[in-house]
Amino acid sequence: MSDNATLPVGAEAVRDKGYWLAYRFLILRRLSQAFFLSLFLLGPWFGIWWVKGNLSGSLTFDILPLTDPFIALQGIVAGHWPEMTALIGALIVGAVYALIGGRLYCSWVCPINPVTDAASWLHRKLDLPKGWQPKRGTKYFMLAMVLGVSVVTGTVAWEFVNPISMLHRGLIFGAGFAWALVIGVFLFDLVLARRGWCGHLCPVGAFYGLLGNKSLLRVTAQKRAACDDCMDCFAVCPEMQVITPALRGKEADTPLILSPDCTNCGRCIDVCAVDVFHFTHRFDETPAPGRVRDRTNPAPKVGKAA
Amino acid sequence: MSATSTQPKNPARRRFLQDAARGTAGCAVAGMTLAWFVQDARALPDRAIRPPGALPEDDFLAACIRCGLCVRDCPYDTLVLAELGVDGAATGTPFFTARDVPCEMCEDIPCVAACPTGALDKELTDIDDSRMGLAVLIDQENCLNALGLRCDVCYRVCPVIDEAITLERRHNERSGHHAIFMPVVHSDHCTGCGKCEKSCVLPGEAAIKVLPIRVAQADQAEHYKRSWEENTPLVDEIIDLPDRLPGTGTDNLVAPGGFEPSFKLPKGATTGGVGQ
Repeated sequence: MSDNATLPVGAEAVRDKGYWLAYRFLILRRLSQAFFLSLFLLGPWFGIWWVKGNLSGSLTFDILPLTDPFIALQGIVAGHWPEMTALIGALIVGAVYALIGGRLYCSWVCPINPVTDAASWLHRKLDLPKGWQPKRGTKYFMLAMVLGVSVVTGTVAWEFVNPISMLHRGLIFGAGFAWALVIGVFLFDLVLARRGWCGHLCPVGAFYGLLGNKSLLRVTAQKRAACDDCMDCFAVCPEMQVITPALRGKEADTPLILSPDCTNCGRCIDVCAVDVFHFTHRFDETPAPGRVRDRTNPAPKVGKAA
Repeated sequence: MSATSTQPKNPARRRFLQDAARGTAGCAVAGMTLAWFVQDARALPDRAIRPPGALPEDDFLAACIRCGLCVRDCPYDTLVLAELGVDGAATGTPFFTARDVPCEMCEDIPCVAACPTGALDKELTDIDDSRMGLAVLIDQENCLNALGLRCDVCYRVCPVIDEAITLERRHNERSGHHAIFMPVVHSDHCTGCGKCEKSCVLPGEAAIKVLPIRVAQADQAEHYKRSWEENTPLVDEIIDLPDRLPGTGTDNLVAPGGFEPSFKLPKGATTGGVGQ
């Protein structure tokens, strides 16, 4: 591990690249999240009804219907075949995320993301133990469970507890006690399980991950040869296991982060002082030499630490 | 066989099976919790009235994605989305409270038109056909009309006046020489819009309330015939029953005619019977 690993996370990037480049994608993501939320708030707050509804289903400019495909799927397995409007909306949303990047939704749109990011930030500041770490596959079991309960109860089951739609709908239509669920997710991530909700449990994230399994937009560790083992990317990545195969890969291994768990948040690009990462598409075949390692001082096994 | 026999032959397979078993068990627990919660949360309170055209509650919760587009297109702000822990209806689903803001029964039914999934059924094209609930004159002790006064407000505001609510004249037993104009709701015309409940002049709770049909209406008993409504006799054709003729008859024990009793009556009984 390099000396840089002892520096605070991201400090080196700020020093070498400046504040904007060291926080670019974080700022853009917050702007994107605010943008999508404000689209929905323009109506109730300012009477500008460009977009009506919420993330579960909406109508833009009175012509473009959008529907959450996961909610539509639950409705279908619960026994209701939706009308064409909702079907078209679900197909549009599904196609966009399948094409661009499934979990792009998680990091650029989902209103819970700032909440879990805040929990993660505080977790790092307070240097808390990582706590319960359910297996990565747990979210797929959750996904199957939600669909199963939808079938059995004949309802859109996840919507009874989904903190995403409760928070989003709450901000637009009135929350009631939905904020309690949001605080619950925050505390869960802070105290019980570091990065526990979005990456390990949330069935919506699991669904969008599967949806975007073959999506185009990818982060690549193309300049991985320059990596100086500062570990900052692992510290900020909400799905750090996705970095290892690309960053630590050998010559023949692809530098592309192809895991459906990657949310395309771009934080690794921000915090890397030596610019190992950048956004590209999945067919990018730019050669990416692996690192030349000093045999007398082999790189530590970081995969486990991650 | 030595210590190796306790080692699994195929560790990866064993790990997979263990993980799968743990995941399945965890999901079963989480799934049962969620299912229990869903069962609990789906109970619709009697005061929450669904929008016009809403599917029956069980189907509605499979169809409604809780997007709120019906709420947005309701021109009278009648509809609201249920808030967690505040309103009893399933979180995020649309409903209205008649005493607060009743349904104005728009002719173009914009809430139904806005619904993207069909949770509000587009088969409903005439708002007069909607059955959001059924008005019930629930407090006949405090209703002013029932007391013999002429309030009539519920009757006057009813959009289906003289069909959904009629005033039926009865004798006022209390005064002895006045009339009571009793508001009577007819389920074949009441849409459950709630305008009567909204405008009931009593303070606080209304004497007439819109209730969900499942609460307000009893099932018609199949085995009771309403002969005045349907001309379907119990039997298909006239049955020719034995005629009872005057004089000696089959039921005349004292003087049985054409009837041979299985017992021997004591002497004298034939002339001095009970009925004679």
